[in-house]
Amino acid sequence: MALRHKASRKMVSLPTRAIIPEGDVDKRPILETHHLGIDFGGLTAVDDLTLAVGPTEICGLIGPNGAGKTTVFNLLTSVYQPTRGTILIDGYDTKGKTSAQVNKLGIARTFQNIRLFSNMSVIDNVKIGLHNNVRTNILSSFTHSFGYSNVEKVAEQRARELLSFFGMDNLRNTQAGALPYGAQRRLEIVRALATNPGILLLDEPAAGMNPSETVELMENIRRIRDTFQIAVMLIEHDMNLVMGICEGICVLNYGKIIAKGTPDEIKANPKVIEAYLGKKAGN
Amino acid sequence: MKNKFLGDMKKTTKNNIFTLAICFIAFCVVTTMIMTGSASRHMKSLLVPICINIILTVSLNLVIGFLGELSLGHAGFMSVGAYTGCLFSIYFEEILPIIVRLPLAILFGGLCAAVFGIIVGVPVLRLKGDYLAIVTLAFGEILRSVMINLEFTGGASGLKGTPQDSSFNLGFICVVITLILIMNLVDSKHGRAIMALRDNSIAASAVGINTNKYKLMVFTISAFFAGVAGVIYGHNYSIVTAGTFDYNKSIEILVMVVLGGIGNIRGSVISATFITILPEMLRGYALDDYRMLIYAVVLIVMMLLGTSEKFMFLRYKFSPKRLWSKTKNEVKLRKENI
Repeated sequence: MALRHKASRKMVSLPTRAIIPEGDVDKRPILETHHLGIDFGGLTAVDDLTLAVGPTEICGLIGPNGAGKTTVFNLLTSVYQPTRGTILIDGYDTKGKTSAQVNKLGIARTFQNIRLFSNMSVIDNVKIGLHNNVRTNILSSFTHSFGYSNVEKVAEQRARELLSFFGMDNLRNTQAGALPYGAQRRLEIVRALATNPGILLLDEPAAGMNPSETVELMENIRRIRDTFQIAVMLIEHDMNLVMGICEGICVLNYGKIIAKGTPDEIKANPKVIEAYLGKKAGN
Repeated sequence: MKNKFLGDMKKTTKNNIFTLAICFIAFCVVTTMIMTGSASRHMKSLLVPICINIILTVSLNLVIGFLGELSLGHAGFMSVGAYTGCLFSIYFEEILPIIVRLPLAILFGGLCAAVFGIIVGVPVLRLKGDYLAIVTLAFGEILRSVMINLEFTGGASGLKGTPQDSSFNLGFICVVITLILIMNLVDSKHGRAIMALRDNSIAASAVGINTNKYKLMVFTISAFFAGVAGVIYGHNYSIVTAGTFDYNKSIEILVMVVLGGIGNIRGSVISATFITILPEMLRGYALDDYRMLIYAVVLIVMMLLGTSEKFMFLRYKFSPKRLWSKTKNEVKLRKENI
């Protein structure tokens, strides 16, 4: 990932052995949060969230509705600024940075409710994702010269490569808003990948998909990790998907981590069962 | 029928060339008419205003159509360009020859307007929609009051003594340059970023697009071209009064943008031409007083028709492209039958 932009000063990351990362504990994590918390007025949406994600790990963030999962994603991508705690992406502190700057540090995301540039073509959507990896100045944009066509060719080629990775190259001139639902979800992932991230956040990628599409999605997520060598963190309610592909899982309830571990550990954890199904009567 | 040269060109590039071709043909026709003397004096007097309005409309369309924000202060930027450009020309009239002075005046006026674009742009970056419209509207009005009360702008009686250097040729060159630059910008990396902001600003910022930077950039570019139009305006009439650049002028430009189609540059060119000629055509029927009323009706009708499915179907049914392909198919069928 040579193209990724780096901030000027690098923070020394703390040696952490939080349960996530499971897969590659011996490597420096790509994403770390320390005692992260946010309050909305009097309501504490997320509190004391400490976790780490390995550089090539697939990890899941699960929890009942309203547990604060999407809020965590919004914190990680600087949509919200945290009230407490720190977030380190690849060792860089994201404090006070905008979403765009955090994206340049190497974090990309998809949204729970699809947010594509629906009036533009599929390939233009991907090219927008490539925005910071394509170097042109405003003068060359105005005149379409000074190396403009070369740069544009590179962007076109890269965009098509990424699209064919998901078998969407033939759809490249379709309007993004006119795509079927599953393809829109995939396009959002392609667009996020185009920003050349170190970690990809997927917010309910399987929402509204049928079982066979979900299986395909699982394959795709694994393929993304193996091909691009990046970490994937996902929020998902589909337990088959989560248990099937995640190496580490973090369970959130009322904004707090109630359990961390491998899928098997999570399945057996009484606290998790309680959060999802309620307490056993008579205790 | 695949053209050898146009075959593998992008659709947008083809569209842009077509727009420029329309302008060029119109220019040739008008120039021929002037040469042969068949153009009336009245018509000639409209040519420069048409060019000015095209530049204004295309530049406002950049903000409204591509950034998706409503700006009602375009006449304000135009006035900045007009005053600074004219002052420049008045001071340098004796020193520089016209061939140097005029481009410099245009550039200077445009840059001053661009500076004002930044000045307005910075505080309104946090605003959206109606709020932005109100602030830009207020900006235009403030600027007008300031111009009236300042000494060096000639006050309420206006700035006099600018050399009358504008001509149709100059206007046409400026229109072509504006069109090429703006159409290129829209069809580039930066243009895509601007349209991404319009479509979904949260997603745009999530893929690393600096929203503030691009908003400000669009405001500045749009103000620059409005300033250029202002300079040409000032050099056309030799007297610049602040009263010209009022709220009505901004609305007039807005009407041109909406009539031509939001985000449609070719439409902007056509509608700017049409709306500039319209009041002159109405003058003969004593309808000139109802100009603003007609604008309002045009706006409402366009808004209704623009979103009506039946109208869109009608448009498709009678679109030249479809009719053309239909005739081609019929000819083909007939040939096959024979």
